[in-house]
Amino acid sequence: MNRYTERLYNGIIRQNPTFVLMLGMCPTLAVTTSAANGVMMGISTTAVLVMSNILISAFRKIIPKNIRIPAYIVIISASVSVVQMLLMAYRPDIYSSLGVYIPLIVVNCIILGRADAYASSNGILISMFDGFGMGAGFTIGLTSIGIFRELLGNGTIFGWNFNEYFLKGQYTPAAIFVMAPGAFFVLAFLCAARKNKGCGGNCMNCSERR
Amino acid sequence: MLNVSAAPHIRNGTYTRELMLDVCIALIPSTCFGIYYFGIRALFIIAISIISCVLSEYIYEKIMGREVTVDDMSAFLTGLLLALNLPVHVPLWLPAVGGVFAIIIVKQLFGGIGHNFMNPALAARCFLLISYSREMTTFFADGESGATPLVLMKAGERPDIFKMFMGTTAGCIGETCVPMILMGALYLVIRKVISVIIPLSCIGSFVLFMSVYDFVSYGTVDTGYIVLQLCAGGLLFGAFFMATDYVTSPVTAAGKVVYGISIGTLIGIFRLSKGLPEGVSYAIICSNMIVPLIEKCTMPVPFGEEKKRIWLRNI
Repeated sequence: MNRYTERLYNGIIRQNPTFVLMLGMCPTLAVTTSAANGVMMGISTTAVLVMSNILISAFRKIIPKNIRIPAYIVIISASVSVVQMLLMAYRPDIYSSLGVYIPLIVVNCIILGRADAYASSNGILISMFDGFGMGAGFTIGLTSIGIFRELLGNGTIFGWNFNEYFLKGQYTPAAIFVMAPGAFFVLAFLCAARKNKGCGGNCMNCSERR
Repeated sequence: MLNVSAAPHIRNGTYTRELMLDVCIALIPSTCFGIYYFGIRALFIIAISIISCVLSEYIYEKIMGREVTVDDMSAFLTGLLLALNLPVHVPLWLPAVGGVFAIIIVKQLFGGIGHNFMNPALAARCFLLISYSREMTTFFADGESGATPLVLMKAGERPDIFKMFMGTTAGCIGETCVPMILMGALYLVIRKVISVIIPLSCIGSFVLFMSVYDFVSYGTVDTGYIVLQLCAGGLLFGAFFMATDYVTSPVTAAGKVVYGISIGTLIGIFRLSKGLPEGVSYAIICSNMIVPLIEKCTMPVPFGEEKKRIWLRNI
């Protein structure tokens, strides 16, 4: 595995921001009421992540160490504004369904975290791959939570009526899954499923510990 | 039995199984009345709920390789309490879903008996109430669909006090009949399974809260209305059987008073609020969640230690 694919693997599996790092919980819990929302939120975040990682990596020699956080925030909010305006212009339906969570990408911990932990000390191309990997991990996390919540709480997947086709409408959707508590249930179960694979509970000597 | 004191501790032969059996015995009158009044369907609901709880406990503990604790009757009791908190005309799969939720998510995922932070039966009831609100709020009385007394009272009507006392109204299977609940509660108190502190402080603070509210908003205290509120819904059932659960209630006497007052006041607030006609289950699980805090603040001071230091240490 070369260092570029290693970054993708790291973001999607080893340090998945949703299920392992537990970052960006606010959009994770709030917008995943449907799978489509999860995908769109994930893609928007990925776009911001890639853009901000490239810019921060490019400016890493210029930005003074002492005021790096404000500088990162300025770069991140510029990228978020770009994404927000693009969505407003071309996909107003998605923009209105994601609502305030698009501007809130500015304060998403994943982006600032990757900026400070990775892009600020690595080259442009590999920072871009890091952004892609983390963004893909976040998108996969949000989409899988969205799929489970939509299926259990509404009987549909991406708006397609699973319940009607396969179960003949026999399944009564449990409304709690599209409400706030359902997000916690699904997130916890998916984290447990992700963690359970090969984890002996020995956290101090964990191979995933960095 | 539950006086917390310094050593030496007196032991006796009381085990989980006996305690749980005592509560089950105390629930027999309410259960029988429910089956008699709501019909044989109530028996099916109770049976499905109990089977679902016991089976999920057995299967989960088998899969996870833990000690199987089915024979301590706690899962049986959870199933019974859950069924008594359901309306009789829910679809038959609903108690099964509730039982699985109660045992696996609320009880076993937190470590099994003694480690759950909420009453499993009530948490499952709230889960069902939020998930399937239409099924859970359709009540029947005398074979026809009808509103519960609390809904009628919210609409400004005044139900018949005798009918409400005897329990021949719409409601959940086990919560309508006041004499049967009191009979069971008396058994528990005599057997010293529960202390009267929690139910009394809960009911007392509820009555006080309603009286103060009445007095502030109308200038008079309407005693009849408060008595109706006491007989309605799950207040007595919750106060005597649900709030007194050992795992999710404080151990010290002072803590029990605080806990009871919190439940009673929350019931008052929920019943007076616009959205909900009934809020006993929410009130009890909300209070369950502040129990660790109550326990910290009311921990007894060992002889010879300064009170202030203990406080600081605990907080």
